[in-house]
Amino acid sequence: MSWVHRHRGVVPYLLLAPGLAWLAVFFVVPLGFLGYQSLQEGSFDFGYTFSWAWQNYRDAISNYHEQLIRSFVYAGLATIIALVVSYPLAYWIAFRGGRWKNLLLLAIIAPFFVTYLIRTLAWQTILADHGVVAGILRDLHLLDADGRLLATSTAVVAGITYNFLPFMALPLYVALEAIDPQLIEAAEDLYASRLQAFLRVTLPLSLPGVFAGTLLTFIPAAGDFINAQLLGTPRQHMIGNVIQSKFLELIDYPAAASLSFVLMAAILFGVLSYARVLGTERLTG
Amino acid sequence: MSETFTRIQLLRRGAAAGVVLTIPSSFLAACGGDGEEAAATTEAAKKQLAKTLRFSNWTLYIDIDEKTKKRPTLEQFEQKTGTKVAYFEDINDNASYFGKIQRPLSQGQSIDRDIVVLTDNSRFPALLVKKGWAEKLDKSAIPNMSKLQDALAHPSFDPNRDYSLPWQSGMTGIATNLKLTGGKAVTTMDQLLEDRKLKGKVTLLTEMADTMSLVMLANGDDPTKVDDTSFQKALDRIKKAVDSGQVRQFTGNDYSGPLSKGDLAAAMSWSGDVVQLTVDNKNLVWNLPESGGDIWTDNMLIPKGGDVFTASTFMNFVYDPKIAAQIAAYVNYITPVKGAKEEAAKLDPKLATNPLIFPDEATLSKVKIFDSEALSNQDYAQKWQTLIGS
Repeated sequence: MSWVHRHRGVVPYLLLAPGLAWLAVFFVVPLGFLGYQSLQEGSFDFGYTFSWAWQNYRDAISNYHEQLIRSFVYAGLATIIALVVSYPLAYWIAFRGGRWKNLLLLAIIAPFFVTYLIRTLAWQTILADHGVVAGILRDLHLLDADGRLLATSTAVVAGITYNFLPFMALPLYVALEAIDPQLIEAAEDLYASRLQAFLRVTLPLSLPGVFAGTLLTFIPAAGDFINAQLLGTPRQHMIGNVIQSKFLELIDYPAAASLSFVLMAAILFGVLSYARVLGTERLTG
Repeated sequence: MSETFTRIQLLRRGAAAGVVLTIPSSFLAACGGDGEEAAATTEAAKKQLAKTLRFSNWTLYIDIDEKTKKRPTLEQFEQKTGTKVAYFEDINDNASYFGKIQRPLSQGQSIDRDIVVLTDNSRFPALLVKKGWAEKLDKSAIPNMSKLQDALAHPSFDPNRDYSLPWQSGMTGIATNLKLTGGKAVTTMDQLLEDRKLKGKVTLLTEMADTMSLVMLANGDDPTKVDDTSFQKALDRIKKAVDSGQVRQFTGNDYSGPLSKGDLAAAMSWSGDVVQLTVDNKNLVWNLPESGGDIWTDNMLIPKGGDVFTASTFMNFVYDPKIAAQIAAYVNYITPVKGAKEEAAKLDPKLATNPLIFPDEATLSKVKIFDSEALSNQDYAQKWQTLIGS
């Protein structure tokens, strides 16, 4: 007891220690190893050796910028669609859900009870050329007579949106749920229309949820490869597909590692700029 | 461990799962939590059968009793020896399977398999032998090895068959779903790659040797002697077909689902698979392209840490001409076992004249073996992977 009193400053660090150790062992060390690998050269047959091979990075960007850009476009689209779909959903559950709230939230998480892979494989059936969805779209002339959904960009973006939707909906719900309804009432008492009350009270107060939701959706979506693999064609392949094939099929560790770092840097840059923009908006809004 | 359960389920789900399965298994391997050390099996040849033989194979590659959903060959082996066979259909293509097993093997860990099956038109059987990741066969347990077809006895990657024994050979050609093509079979590579009526309903194979052989033959080039010009020419032609949206995907064994479901009009595919699929779907046909196809042999190998005696005993069992005929009759691939033709004739005279199982001279003259040197060319491998992976 007295030891703790005398070394009061140590306590927070002791409490942090397990978390820091976890981070060091499972994040920093592998990351360092990945960095080391990304600067190696050689081949799988003859082994890889470290040689400050910075050209791996140049090759990674010049050979695969197409997949890199595509990853960000698909992830961005999926994030926007997920936001548009989730916001009303979360809003409704938070303000009108009543005693069904928990059940409705459970319904959002329900797909997680099935493996990611199986969920995506199910979309192969949903979007199949002779499936119901393609058939209806064809009848409505939204799809050419010989058009298809499966193995297109639409299918990949739809798959990503579906798979990451709960990551958007749940933070939004948490943010909206925390809003005191009296604030909205007060706005209306002060002669704000319902739209004005939403735009000037509800929306700004829910921004932290929007921020968290978009990040939780966008970051994993940008690195995803399952949806492009199962619902797309080589023309829809994302940077994740390239990395997984380099790591596991070509066994080209340096290329795979440098691509991973490029992806990480690009995401980090995107997220920081985003935080800056949304951060200022929150202050002024 | 719930993971095992889902994994086995997934494996049965079809080969597409293979892509994702690579992650858990390599993670497990990296953690070192699973799998006994390869050193556990001692060098001294033991002559005792293990309780279970763990056998990794491709889909549609062994006989199945349609009624009981059991596999007669494996059942008979169990009855004869008391050793159960854990049969995993977890190989979708050579590269991804090798990628999955190479990490534990390179760390001296067992991959929990006693037999794996890899194709000689990929560089991986050779690599497994070269890296010392394959166990030597116990030839004393395989007297039936004398029944191996002479033509297959001395492959370049294993000249004396010390490490490997053929499972089946097969040919690569084009399967058509007649329902989507107005009843006409796709018989040329020109149609497959350039006929706009098939746009987006065509798949090629992820195996470089298979796809390149067929395209090179269509280009009038020789796939048995690949040079930079002929390689690039074929590559460019495939890239054009991919960019135009003609090619929907590159697949391993996983073309079978979309082909029978009707999502594909034509698929570059392996001979026996399609014959098996016609049982459920009469609209499927398989042809060698008019310009020719390729022929390959799948090899059973014992990965390091596998049970040599049990695996060898099993190999001996499937080299019994009777058993070989039984497997070939179902899978419709070319059996490597001498005397199987006579046994097949006893089962059904028509079987012995099936050109897919016992190809005649006319068929054999149309199929080529892909240049083995080109397989180990890093530059080609890189270019190929970039094409199919991007």
